[in-house]
Amino acid sequence: MKRYVLALLLATVAAAPACAADKSAGRYQAVLGDCEGCHTAPGGKPFAGGLVLETPFGKIVSPNITSDRDTGIGGWSEGDFRRAVREGVSPGGKRLYPAMPYPAYAMMSDADVATLWTYMKTVAPVRQAVESNLLPFPFKIRAVMAVWNWLNFKPAPFAPTAGKSAEWNRGAYLVTGPGHCGACHTPKTLLGADRAAALTGASLQGWFAPEITSAEPRGVGGWSAQDTLTYLKTGWNSYGVATGPMVEVVEHSTSQMSDADLSSIAAYLKDVPAAEAAPASVMAANDPAMQAGAKLYQNNCVGCHGADGRGEHLIFPPLAGNAVLMQVSAESPIRILLEGAQSVSTKAAPTSPSMPSFAWKFSDAEIADLLTYVRNAWGNRAPAVDADSVAKARASLKGRS
Amino acid sequence: MAQLLPHKEVVIMGLGWTGSILAQELTEAGLQVVAIERGPWRDTASDFNIGYMPDELRFAVRKDLFLQPALEAMTMRNNIGQTAMPMRDYSSFLPGSGVGGAGVHWNGFNWRFFPNEFVAKTHLTKRYGAKKIAELQMEDWGVTYDELEQSYDKFEYVCGTSGKAGNLKGQIVEGGNPFEGQRSREYPLPPLTMPYASTMFAQAAKEMGLHPFPLPASNMSRPYVNSLGISMGQCTYCGYCERFGCANYSKAAPQTTILPVLMKKSNFEVRTECEVLKVNLRPDGKTAKSVTYMDTAGREFEQPGDIILLCGYGLMNVRMMLLSGIGHPYDPNTGKGQVGRNYCYQTQGSAARLFYEGKHFNPFVASGALSSGLDDFNSDVFDHGPLDFVGGANVSCGNSNGRPIGNRPTPPGTPRWGSVWKKATAETYQNATAVGAQGSSYPTRGNYLDLDPTYKDRHGRPLLRITFDFPDNDLRMSQYLSTQLAKIGKAMNPKQMVVSHATKGWNSVPYQTTHNTGGATMGAKPDTSAVNKFLQSWDVSNVFVLGASAFQQNEGRNPTGTVGALAFWAAEAIRDRYLKQPGPLVQA
Repeated sequence: MKRYVLALLLATVAAAPACAADKSAGRYQAVLGDCEGCHTAPGGKPFAGGLVLETPFGKIVSPNITSDRDTGIGGWSEGDFRRAVREGVSPGGKRLYPAMPYPAYAMMSDADVATLWTYMKTVAPVRQAVESNLLPFPFKIRAVMAVWNWLNFKPAPFAPTAGKSAEWNRGAYLVTGPGHCGACHTPKTLLGADRAAALTGASLQGWFAPEITSAEPRGVGGWSAQDTLTYLKTGWNSYGVATGPMVEVVEHSTSQMSDADLSSIAAYLKDVPAAEAAPASVMAANDPAMQAGAKLYQNNCVGCHGADGRGEHLIFPPLAGNAVLMQVSAESPIRILLEGAQSVSTKAAPTSPSMPSFAWKFSDAEIADLLTYVRNAWGNRAPAVDADSVAKARASLKGRS
Repeated sequence: MAQLLPHKEVVIMGLGWTGSILAQELTEAGLQVVAIERGPWRDTASDFNIGYMPDELRFAVRKDLFLQPALEAMTMRNNIGQTAMPMRDYSSFLPGSGVGGAGVHWNGFNWRFFPNEFVAKTHLTKRYGAKKIAELQMEDWGVTYDELEQSYDKFEYVCGTSGKAGNLKGQIVEGGNPFEGQRSREYPLPPLTMPYASTMFAQAAKEMGLHPFPLPASNMSRPYVNSLGISMGQCTYCGYCERFGCANYSKAAPQTTILPVLMKKSNFEVRTECEVLKVNLRPDGKTAKSVTYMDTAGREFEQPGDIILLCGYGLMNVRMMLLSGIGHPYDPNTGKGQVGRNYCYQTQGSAARLFYEGKHFNPFVASGALSSGLDDFNSDVFDHGPLDFVGGANVSCGNSNGRPIGNRPTPPGTPRWGSVWKKATAETYQNATAVGAQGSSYPTRGNYLDLDPTYKDRHGRPLLRITFDFPDNDLRMSQYLSTQLAKIGKAMNPKQMVVSHATKGWNSVPYQTTHNTGGATMGAKPDTSAVNKFLQSWDVSNVFVLGASAFQQNEGRNPTGTVGALAFWAAEAIRDRYLKQPGPLVQA
């Protein structure tokens, strides 16, 4: 019986996208894997590469994966493609870096990789040579990755979990496999491999990818399945808006997924165990930082975000209940205050309004107080922010621009 | 030698309101569109940063967002007997600069003109006889209100407009403007919340048997999602509208209503800080082949296109036509020629300033178009038979701003500086309001635009010359209006009232209004208009000229609503008529 259920689940997993015509099914696989997001430079041709990815080890530039024979992957066979996607080895034995999320793609089914390949062959060739490897020594030696793989890479096809619904398993496949959510949201070891606490939030590229487990209020524990679906489809829900690197994920990938797949992702995420309990108590309102922060908030923020922190739907993100604000690390909100940020643009929510920069106006201490306040007002709860973290972020952002 | 660029289907000069509307509509039709904009890119968060946008000194006094005369100046004189001199600063009016144009810094009044105003000559002649308007150069527009109704509707719903309909499909609705033309549906948003002064005004007016209504405001009374799916925030009544970009996404501007969608399109491109120098005609002069423009490094480019759209500020459109040889320059001596003809302004100056004691008008609780007004003395609503003028004015009272530098009312007799002034300004700030009249400006033979014979810009091209003074007809109108304002003012029981009206001798120094109209007017006949009813040049059939330059006369209300409606109207004509059969849409 158990085996029968498993087989049925597998069938569901594999069958979902296969009903459409080959090319659009293949295109859908590219959407699920968000291939275009990393393999397209800002303003560049789709899949022609050139996007710089910052890793703790140095910079890697995404390669050209259009069908151009010389500078893209036009000369590859399906086997070459499968091996690159799932094993991180390109023709000639060249080892890829796991910025290409082959540890996640390893879970992709044969059928899905084959469908994806039918699409990639049709991507218009763009002649653009990309020097991918900008890493410093010793990381620039690709052979190093053989050792890394031996330590960290345990490729295995996706195995459905018995006792969970087909929807849950489809969600698990999408999140851990093609969707490679953990690439950003799972904390990494010193060697850049996933730690055990999957999807509990991680720092990367000067942002903090929030916890997306069942944690509440940091994760999606308090969100309904519809809340998660709406967020992934439009970039917005009543808890916040996609910004930073998530903009690109929503625009290129999740906003184009089917509602059924988004519901599956929602069902799965809501069941992922949380990292640790949220801080039990809110900072006291008479705390000096809270008082200073409240004053700054009233004088600078209420015009858009409102005295109640609820913002206005599709134009001013809510701060009350906003998970991005309440992460263990305040890296993202600090960055948003310092640099400003532009939110996502989707078909359903095309406005993509921006938050202006306040770096010129607020001192490090003021930003710390303001964030301590918004992280603990209106039922929000998160640790206080100190001026040192803001100073560090300010210095690091300066180096970045 | 200009570098020849790859061909585009549509080339637009200027990315303000009309350029954005045309670009949006024509890219929807699948055309490849490029907009060439002289000024910089402007975006809400980076350029209208809420942290420093309410900087009155920078934006209102030093005019940070406006066209600077070093880039393009104009010369002015009051009549053809004088020698025009360059305006060394823009101050009587303030043309916009950069993406969004004057749509960035307007107050947000979003009006429709009345049906009779599009057929002003026919209507006034029929009602009063030709003699009544003999001193004026009135013309019909070639388009009717009914034809434009849907275009007005489109602009109001793109902008998000707060107001109250007074005439819904012919039914007069209580609380709206009973004199307006019929509209097919209610405003997209309810009226803004009226401040104390406006409420007092409305009450007094009602008791006098007049018909006050909340003025149509493209300042959002509620959060709004427009017809393109773009979201706007609710107005916070901060009072930094006119001369400022809205930091709160609450005032309609190309940035808040069109550009978020337009800029994502692969068939649209904008080249900022690129100045169009000339539209180049084909040898037969009947079509244009390209525009020449220069970037900030002084490099010249030639951009070929099938359709050329002049979408600059009205005055710049007229100058571009004159510089490029599109149409025939107007000659005030003979009355012949069309380009430059029927330049009109706006007759401001009628006002009743009211001073009180012990009030709290809270002028800082303000929004650009936050006013109550009435049209009982506007247009041809009232009988001009016994009167010695035609035209009129919208009368209104509101809180547009309470800014600390510019808004310092003092009673007459107060010194201009010193401790007495300081004391008076502190006492009066909460105790003053005004009832104002925005008057019509009707065309005369001697008010016109042409190229200055002496003064040139940095590229060696002649400046635009404005020859204008307030016509006697309009001054008589202004005087009449001030007597009406005095009656309303008196009914509002002030402690002291000061009434004024417009006087002869237009002076380009004090700020009056940025409502310049005409010069490339639209009409049914090519001898008295520069463009046909679809805003297409009579002479060069692939050039369309957008903006208030098309107005045959200016009326007693703000022009932007009609500018927006005409843009949608022209876009529809290009899409549905011109693309099917390029060439003149109306036979001359």
